[in-house]
Amino acid sequence: MSTSPMHFVPSAGFSNRTSAIVDDPHLQKSFRGAMDFLMAKRLAQFPDVQAFEDLRSVGERIRKYSLAKLPDLLVQLETNLTANGIVVHWAETPEEAQQVVIDLMTRAQAPLIVKGKSMVSEEIELNHALQAKGIDALESDMGEYIVQLAGERPSHIIMPAIHKTKQQISELFAAKIPGVDYTDSVDELIQIGRRVLREKFAETKVGLSGVNVAVAETGTICLVENEGNGRMCTTVPEIHIAITGIEKVVEKLEHVPPLMTLLTRSATGQAVTTYFNWISGPRKPGELDGPREVHLILLDNGRTQAYANEEFRATLQCIRCGACMNHCPVYGRIGGLAYGTTYPGPIGKIISPHLLGLDATDSLVTASTLCGACGEVCPVRIPIPDLLISLRTQAQGNSAAPLRGAGSGRKPMTALAFKAWGFLYSSPLAYRVFSFLVTRLRAFAPKSQGGWTRSRAPLRPAARTLHSRMREIERERH
Amino acid sequence: MSARDRILDRLRKNAPNPAQIQAPILPESATGADSAALIAQLTICLEAAHADVRRVARGGLSAAVAGFCRDRALKTLMLPSGGLPFEFAEPPAGLSVERFDRPFEALKPRLFLDVEAGLTVADCAIADTGTLVMASSPQQPRTLSLVPPIHLCLIDERRIHPSLASAMRAEAWSPSLPTNLIFVSGPSKTADIQQTLAYGAHGPKELIVFLFDGSEA
Repeated sequence: MSTSPMHFVPSAGFSNRTSAIVDDPHLQKSFRGAMDFLMAKRLAQFPDVQAFEDLRSVGERIRKYSLAKLPDLLVQLETNLTANGIVVHWAETPEEAQQVVIDLMTRAQAPLIVKGKSMVSEEIELNHALQAKGIDALESDMGEYIVQLAGERPSHIIMPAIHKTKQQISELFAAKIPGVDYTDSVDELIQIGRRVLREKFAETKVGLSGVNVAVAETGTICLVENEGNGRMCTTVPEIHIAITGIEKVVEKLEHVPPLMTLLTRSATGQAVTTYFNWISGPRKPGELDGPREVHLILLDNGRTQAYANEEFRATLQCIRCGACMNHCPVYGRIGGLAYGTTYPGPIGKIISPHLLGLDATDSLVTASTLCGACGEVCPVRIPIPDLLISLRTQAQGNSAAPLRGAGSGRKPMTALAFKAWGFLYSSPLAYRVFSFLVTRLRAFAPKSQGGWTRSRAPLRPAARTLHSRMREIERERH
Repeated sequence: MSARDRILDRLRKNAPNPAQIQAPILPESATGADSAALIAQLTICLEAAHADVRRVARGGLSAAVAGFCRDRALKTLMLPSGGLPFEFAEPPAGLSVERFDRPFEALKPRLFLDVEAGLTVADCAIADTGTLVMASSPQQPRTLSLVPPIHLCLIDERRIHPSLASAMRAEAWSPSLPTNLIFVSGPSKTADIQQTLAYGAHGPKELIVFLFDGSEA
């Protein structure tokens, strides 16, 4: 299985990546169709605005409460998981998390790990780390399997292959899977994937999964999915490794139903997914199936930085439904791959600066129209537009409590221009002199004005200032 | 200091004052719906999710299961090792009925390659989402509802709860849960290729639900 390593340099080349995509009419049509489909399905699940707002309030309160108690809940979770026979591992960095998996694979002498869908495993670039050690990692979620076959990354956190058409997938399967003839029937394509992956489920010693929510009071890992690959990865192999960010924990089992209904309805417009899988331990004596070992990796990777600031802590309320990207006018145009980060779209813009540093992500926080759609659909009311503005302030270095990489977005010329603007607009004399000059010298305005004129007409000062026009109107009135 | 202690230390340093933490107020869970309404709602939701729902008398369960296998010309059916609300008087002609009575490892090749249908008994069901709930136990293995291409599931219609929240309270799952609690709301499916729905992605392609009244003899 070939996957080309792609290291995170999201800010570098961001605008070049986007323009190629925006100019492709075929991609534009398929993105629009997919986004409209997901938005309509979600809307059908929330017909009553008030009921939705009430449920959001519950979801928001549960997430805020869980985050407020996070250190205690993590300890409680660890205690109860351990009592249930699940081994807990802590990792501060992607490298530490990779090492936990590598060590478990080495000890089990397993050459292959079959993976259910896990964005955290993408975040730590697990597949490349394993490959470097000669261990194969196979994605089993159909969408993830498709993007892995293509040597790409997921472009959406819920629908990883949303950027690919049926024809592209048909060609990919015929080219990459031995013994497969070209077919463009979706049913046949899925059956091909099923056949290939079933052999691997039966063969592999180790399965990996993500976590949708972990319950502290019972020591339980909960997973939602439709395909059954998550159940395969967590039931059939001898060893099940789950990996999650430290923020995904709730205190009580009764906190799960409101969050899960918000998740599935916001994500794919489903009242419930086909499978909802609660795992509270490895196979017990007397039981005939299930893994012999279950491990949970708790990953920090910058989450404690977001936690340290009351405002940015809201970022960790996220339940990873993807509704913000489905409703984002920017994501809808450029798709998920252009961002260059594991998590694309609005949530990606606010979480990635903590994971990767603002110096690697400063152009992402400005890639927003601040239209507010993401904030309106967020099922746990993360104020995404407000957080984007605060991150922009941070990127300019204007904060008393700087984040990692703060100030990296500051450009001397831009800073100087705004300083000059501030001076001109706060001194009446300077303003009058300035406006007198620019209205007279307007013919000399440059035709090329950097990024602005790439797709817009050049800006030219007006022939008369607003002040002089106002004076004229006043005179005519009297 | 370990990674664990450093992570917890950073969180503790910045955690809000416990006095300011308000516990969430959860919505009231539905109760008191009558049994006919619950059966109807469960059936509608399961059918909407592409499941085949059949209501049978308890005494007719074995005939209903055998009839399904005969109609579909199935050759192999695997049953759990115990806890069934019916027994086959005699195995239906042409059908090999096996029991999941050994560890999974011994049965793995058969389960993956030969067994056409697996039968399980749901512990309870949830009406508002059309969900069957199964707890793992020595009698009820997890793979029986996952690996064979057809999943037959029996559910006692007196065991239907209105919602997940009400099921959670009534079943007293907290604080001690079975090794695995699985909620099934239809056959396996995916829409990962151009948002086109296809069934039988990795789990069963078909889900056949037999609703029966467990109070009958």
